[in-house]
Amino acid sequence: MSAVIHEHDHHHDDHHGPAKGLTRWLYTTNHKDIGSLYLWFAFTMFLIGGLFALVIRAELFIPGLQLVKPEFFNQMTTLHGLVMVFGAVMPAFTGLANWLIPMMIGAPDMALPRMNNWSFWILPVAFGMLLSSLFMDGGAPNFGWTFYAPLSTKFGPPSTDYFIFGVHLMGISSIMGAINVIVTVMNMRAPGMTYMKMPLFVWTWLITAFLLIMVMPVLAGAVTMMLTDRHFGTSFFDAAGGGDPVMFQHVFWFFGHPEVYIMILPSFGIASAIIPTFARKPLFGYASMVYATASIAGLSFIVWAHHMFTTGMPLAGELFFMICTMLIAVPTGVKVFNWVATMWQGSMTFEAPMLFAIAFVILFTIGGFSGIMLALAPADFQYHDTYFVVAHFHYVLFPGAIFGTIAAVYYWLPKWCGRMYSEKLAKIHFWWSIIAVNLTFFPMHFSGLAGMQRRVPDYAIQFADFNMLSSIGAFGLGIGQLFFFYILWKTIWGGKAPKATAQVWEGAEGLEWTLPSPAPYHSFTEPPVVK
Amino acid sequence: MSKQWYKSGAWLAAMLFSAGAGAETQFNMTPGVTDNAHRAYDLHMAAVWICGIIGAVVFGAMFYSIVKHRKSVHPKPAHFHENTLVEIVWTVIPVLILLGLAIPAVKTLVAMEDTRDADMTVMVTGSQWKWHYKYVDADGKDLSDIGFYSLLSTPRDTFENYGGKTTEKSETYLKEVDKPLVIPTGKKVRFLVTSEDVIHSWWVPAFAVKKDAVPGFINETWTKVNEAGVYRGVCAELCGKDHGFMPVVVKAVSPEEFQTWVADTRTAMAEAKKAAEADVDRVWAMDELMKKGEEVYLKNCSACHQATGAGMPPTFPALAGSKIATDKAQIPDHIGRVLKGKGAMPAFGAMLSDMEIAAVITYERNAFGNKTGDAVQPKDVKAAR
Ligand SMILES: [Cu+2]
Repeated sequence: MSAVIHEHDHHHDDHHGPAKGLTRWLYTTNHKDIGSLYLWFAFTMFLIGGLFALVIRAELFIPGLQLVKPEFFNQMTTLHGLVMVFGAVMPAFTGLANWLIPMMIGAPDMALPRMNNWSFWILPVAFGMLLSSLFMDGGAPNFGWTFYAPLSTKFGPPSTDYFIFGVHLMGISSIMGAINVIVTVMNMRAPGMTYMKMPLFVWTWLITAFLLIMVMPVLAGAVTMMLTDRHFGTSFFDAAGGGDPVMFQHVFWFFGHPEVYIMILPSFGIASAIIPTFARKPLFGYASMVYATASIAGLSFIVWAHHMFTTGMPLAGELFFMICTMLIAVPTGVKVFNWVATMWQGSMTFEAPMLFAIAFVILFTIGGFSGIMLALAPADFQYHDTYFVVAHFHYVLFPGAIFGTIAAVYYWLPKWCGRMYSEKLAKIHFWWSIIAVNLTFFPMHFSGLAGMQRRVPDYAIQFADFNMLSSIGAFGLGIGQLFFFYILWKTIWGGKAPKATAQVWEGAEGLEWTLPSPAPYHSFTEPPVVK
Repeated sequence: MSKQWYKSGAWLAAMLFSAGAGAETQFNMTPGVTDNAHRAYDLHMAAVWICGIIGAVVFGAMFYSIVKHRKSVHPKPAHFHENTLVEIVWTVIPVLILLGLAIPAVKTLVAMEDTRDADMTVMVTGSQWKWHYKYVDADGKDLSDIGFYSLLSTPRDTFENYGGKTTEKSETYLKEVDKPLVIPTGKKVRFLVTSEDVIHSWWVPAFAVKKDAVPGFINETWTKVNEAGVYRGVCAELCGKDHGFMPVVVKAVSPEEFQTWVADTRTAMAEAKKAAEADVDRVWAMDELMKKGEEVYLKNCSACHQATGAGMPPTFPALAGSKIATDKAQIPDHIGRVLKGKGAMPAFGAMLSDMEIAAVITYERNAFGNKTGDAVQPKDVKAAR
């Protein structure tokens, strides 16, 4: 891949530079500004959701109820899940898409800049609504992020309606973001950039965007049915009126399972960008990576009921969903093998992005292993709704989605702000996080296998040791991410960080590295030619 | 607290420096006491080993590469980026491994879902936050006169450790109930699982039985216990505030002992019924009603309405100063509410005797600063049923 950049002269700075002050951010239609807004919003939500997690871990430090009442504990587990999924991981990925996709495909900006502005500014409103429920009579939603009926319908607190409208807004925002990605990728690629030449980050995001468009309306449908059950006399989820509470779970997980891939596919793209750079060797099996991502996305629509093996499904249903779920291991395995093969015979160095990417591959794979185990229905009867499940999805989400995002931030930050972060501090951040993340989540495998159910504020004394370790790890993990903020602050605003070159990384390839660092306000005003 | 810290540190050290785990701490799934539980355990262990071996190979190759193919050791990278044969091989091998796991999984699943030819049937009903067991039949004999609620027996005082309080917690802390479910060993027991309010999930790890209790639907599952013993489980599905406080305890006894238990239970029930009738015929003094009422209140009502009667509005209304508990004209409503329930308030008519309901209503009308002086008698409750 090569590109021709036309340096443009500065005759009309007023037009090309950002506006000044607060209105710059409120009215901005620039993909980089919006990308930054998304990323900082996600980081703020990550800290808030982390705070909720620490309330949970503090209460679980030793047996007995010491700090919070059970009903508040349930509000914390619910908000922790909702804030992390919809407030931290998804906006972080949308932020990365905004920053990177135009630069990677040789476009000046996203295709639909005004919609881009809207899709971001809806989010603070949505989360304002959701978090304000903490201060309402009856407290915040307390039925878990999966909000199963009838706990969330007949038995939900009054604030459930705020939750419903919050989810509607988040869904609208995600759908608009996804439309923008699809339109941009389909229409604004530089001449010569065929689909099979697109960087994998663009590919994984394109597929993610299709998943979003297909499943966010399903989630909107689920919460709308909740709303009418609560207030307009319908009985979608109430057997007394001819409905079925288990149907809620089918609808929810038809959204929910693709959703978990929405939260991991962009990380696959990030690892596929970083590992070749630091191995100084092209990505192994580009085409199979694309096909594997597409098959994972396709399979994600026919496995949803593996979350529901204990609901009393017929045997035929259990068999179908068990086998389909096991199949997902095949394309996922291909991806892992490809990453290892990319490293094989390379010439590797281990800067922070590479360390986080390698940790991503290893720990995500561990989460994948427990995923295969959970797919086995007879064993799932024992794992289901225990801490084993909590361990599983935190292994794919924290080292998966979050480490992927952190790797991306270290990797592209010099391109974004024109300055190099401190490699020494970033390495401390890495080693601190890797120890803390395992200390937090690995013992949960054991407590789950030994029989500790999830979403409880107190537990039998046999689980005390595991819980204490998890709590210590969780506080360490939280402190580590404040340190991450310090590193970012020092790099971006500290003024002393060294200037980055355009190339930044010796082995980096792709259009974004042909732009100067920091990248100009409008990425490619003239399309580069990709050969 | 410091003892816990010390223990935890010692435990961590033990985990890091010796492969052998402590005998006390359970790390793994229980192999259980039923054939199905053994099968679930075997499948779990097979998956652990397979994943462990794949992990060792993949991560081994990765770490080898990290050591041998670093820039300082291996400055000239290779440039290969595809190999069709290798890619086919590492697609086919996982398919074969998965097939090897799927076959025993399918067989086990088919066996576990076969609820036919049961020797006896028990109806399990979850409600916030207790279980109810009703025997249906055993070996063709009707047992439907036997049914009871099973509630957590760990006192709230033991787990409510707010404000720096510490309490002694036993081995069965949060895993003990007032009346366990009793079933015979060696018999195929079918469970019909349902719920009165939200979704619960009835789980006994030693049986590998976990079935959701869905309001309005009845799910089937079964077990056949090989060894007598007391087996402890929990409600696995989030069911509200006290989800963590509704354990499951099953006592498996020999078929002979089970017969004795049935006879004893029937005798006890008959005596209790006689006593309850005698209670209704008697007029109770205020202090008797208050004493009994407090006991009933703390066991059944305080989880929601709180020991202070302050409740947790708006979900759980306050009783202190409330109209229904202080207005004389509303005594019939008060009795009706406890007997029949309303919205999130469960019906206690089937669970408590006339005397217990009279006592708790009297207590509610004269505690928490409600100074009505009203004494409700068991016969008033009986008349309202
Ligand atoms: Cu329950």
